Amino acid sequence: MDLSAINPVLLIASLMVAATPLLLAAIGELVVEKAGVLNLGVEGMMIIGAICGFAIAVESSSPLLGLIAAMIGGAVLSLLFAFLTQVALANQVASGLALTLFGLGLSALMGQSYVGVKPPAMAKLDLPILSDLPIIGPILFSHDPVLYFGIGLTAAIWALLKFSRIGLILRAVGENAEAAHALGYHVVRVRIMAILFGGACAGLGGAYISLIRVPQWTEGMTAGIGWIALALVVFASWKPWRVLLGAYLFGGINVLQLNLQAAGIAIPVEYLAMSPYLITILVLVIMSADKSRAPASLGKIFHASQ
Amino acid sequence: MIALEKRPQPSQAWSLLTPLVAVVITMIAGGLLFSALGKNPIEAIRTIFYDPLFGEFAFYYRPQLLVKGGPLILIAIGLSLGFRAGIWNIGAEGQYIVGAICGAGVGLAFYPTESAFIFPLMVMAGALGGWAWSMIPALLKVKFGTNEILVSLMLVYVAEQLLASMSLGLLKNPQGFGFPGSRNLQDYASAHNAEIIAGTGMHWGIVAAFIAVIMAYVLLNKHILGFNIRLTGEAPRAARFGGVNPTRLVVFCMGVSGALAGLAGLFEVSGPSGQISIDFNVGYGFTAIIVAFLGRLHPVGILLAGLLMALTYIGGEIAQGTLSLPAAAIQVFQGMLLFFLLVLDLLTNYRIRFGKKGIA
Repeated sequence: MDLSAINPVLLIASLMVAATPLLLAAIGELVVEKAGVLNLGVEGMMIIGAICGFAIAVESSSPLLGLIAAMIGGAVLSLLFAFLTQVALANQVASGLALTLFGLGLSALMGQSYVGVKPPAMAKLDLPILSDLPIIGPILFSHDPVLYFGIGLTAAIWALLKFSRIGLILRAVGENAEAAHALGYHVVRVRIMAILFGGACAGLGGAYISLIRVPQWTEGMTAGIGWIALALVVFASWKPWRVLLGAYLFGGINVLQLNLQAAGIAIPVEYLAMSPYLITILVLVIMSADKSRAPASLGKIFHASQ
Repeated sequence: MIALEKRPQPSQAWSLLTPLVAVVITMIAGGLLFSALGKNPIEAIRTIFYDPLFGEFAFYYRPQLLVKGGPLILIAIGLSLGFRAGIWNIGAEGQYIVGAICGAGVGLAFYPTESAFIFPLMVMAGALGGWAWSMIPALLKVKFGTNEILVSLMLVYVAEQLLASMSLGLLKNPQGFGFPGSRNLQDYASAHNAEIIAGTGMHWGIVAAFIAVIMAYVLLNKHILGFNIRLTGEAPRAARFGGVNPTRLVVFCMGVSGALAGLAGLFEVSGPSGQISIDFNVGYGFTAIIVAFLGRLHPVGILLAGLLMALTYIGGEIAQGTLSLPAAAIQVFQGMLLFFLLVLDLLTNYRIRFGKKGIA
């Protein structure tokens, strides 16, 4: 084993890349859950985003169009969830599972002709002097634009939830849907918008995996990242900055175990590959002691007649 | 405008009708999907739903119905108990894998001894393995309030890695010329879960599935524990006041579903599949979720739904061969079924009124 082969600067830079899909999906889900809806279909929306983005990027040879298509794809799939839970008043847990099962199947169907195809590359940020700085350059100034967008989105959602009127309405709907309804807010409409936003974010996260991180298409390539994103929201106690922290933590673990695999550590590959999931469980256990931060109406069905 | 009005009581008629209507709508939507893929929709639907039962080669496919339906029913029966009480074990796939690993491990440990005790021991090990794997989310939930959905799902990925490690390492066939995968249990008489009546597909796993259906029916209708499960699902507060212990309920429901999933894995690995290999699991644990809902979480309903879902698996395989329909199309088909079912469920609990102005 040769641990000196692991370059800390590259490790941090690739950690940020590994964390971005998680961050995007988790921020979207955070907004959905803040509105009082539990959407367990993140994994399904991510994989649909991954294939939509991949297919459109390959066909149009424009990664940007691909990313937009991924957001639309994720949002369209989440619309299905919105219809099920907000209009047809179906159970949110069952609907979310349905979304994931359906999304995994549909993506495999759509992606058949794209296995082994190489997508167009996304240009990386290249600032004249800054990107060439030793250490700081590779870590801060030479990533793809989506990575910066993810961090910007986190800040925007934080500000939106904390300072804006929209954020206040969203939180009111999530904390006490009946009271928000009595005040004249359209609970269902707000929730549908939140679900659509969550879908678009998950779709973008998925496309980030298929277009930038990996970049290729394989069936089921999200490999549970959508579920880890759900866990991340709990870990973050529904706070945007903690989602960022959590995403980097998980990204770090994942990159580290990949690096250890490459360095030929004595632990078998399979056990290293388990580690992100085991650590997710561990973190969930530690964080779930405090339930007070969860939106009070989370997962409850709302219908104005009741 | 269309308005929804909550029924004072869920409609019995719709509760029975929705699965059937959902299947019909799924067939129509599936037909559209198949025609979008450039296949003749009527031929595709016929290949999937008619040919396995009454087609030219039905004598070969009919036994498969039991082989594929058995594990689905066995797992779904366990899941349905928890789902009724609002306990969401969605990691049955992982429990299925661990049950298979434990059961096969015990069998292989005795190789090449022949004894009548080996298979019963394997059955016990399979059930215990699945049970133990499901106890992780159960105990974390009752001890720390951890979300059982996420933990049980994470453990599926862990179990898949464990399966890979086992088939490449500990359980690898020493005489397998370096290929991954364990010894084939079909060649080891004491550990082989052979057909009970040749040519019917009937093996011990199917027997276990039927027993599980009957036991679940008795439990839910005649036993206080079943009553408590139903009460907790329908009125959690009333259940709490009525003295139902939620901790014991979580441990019981998760444990039973884990043990049944483990059994399904053991019967599969020692029977139809034969060996532990990297791609041993084919998603029964996830499809069983659809089966449980399609069967209305009712034991008899699950029996029928399991057979129907097995039919789509077999029909899908035939359609892959004859119509070159992609394998994923059947997965989409199964997903759609769950969607339509959830939408139509609205009619069970609500009445739709036309002409009145909506309030929501």
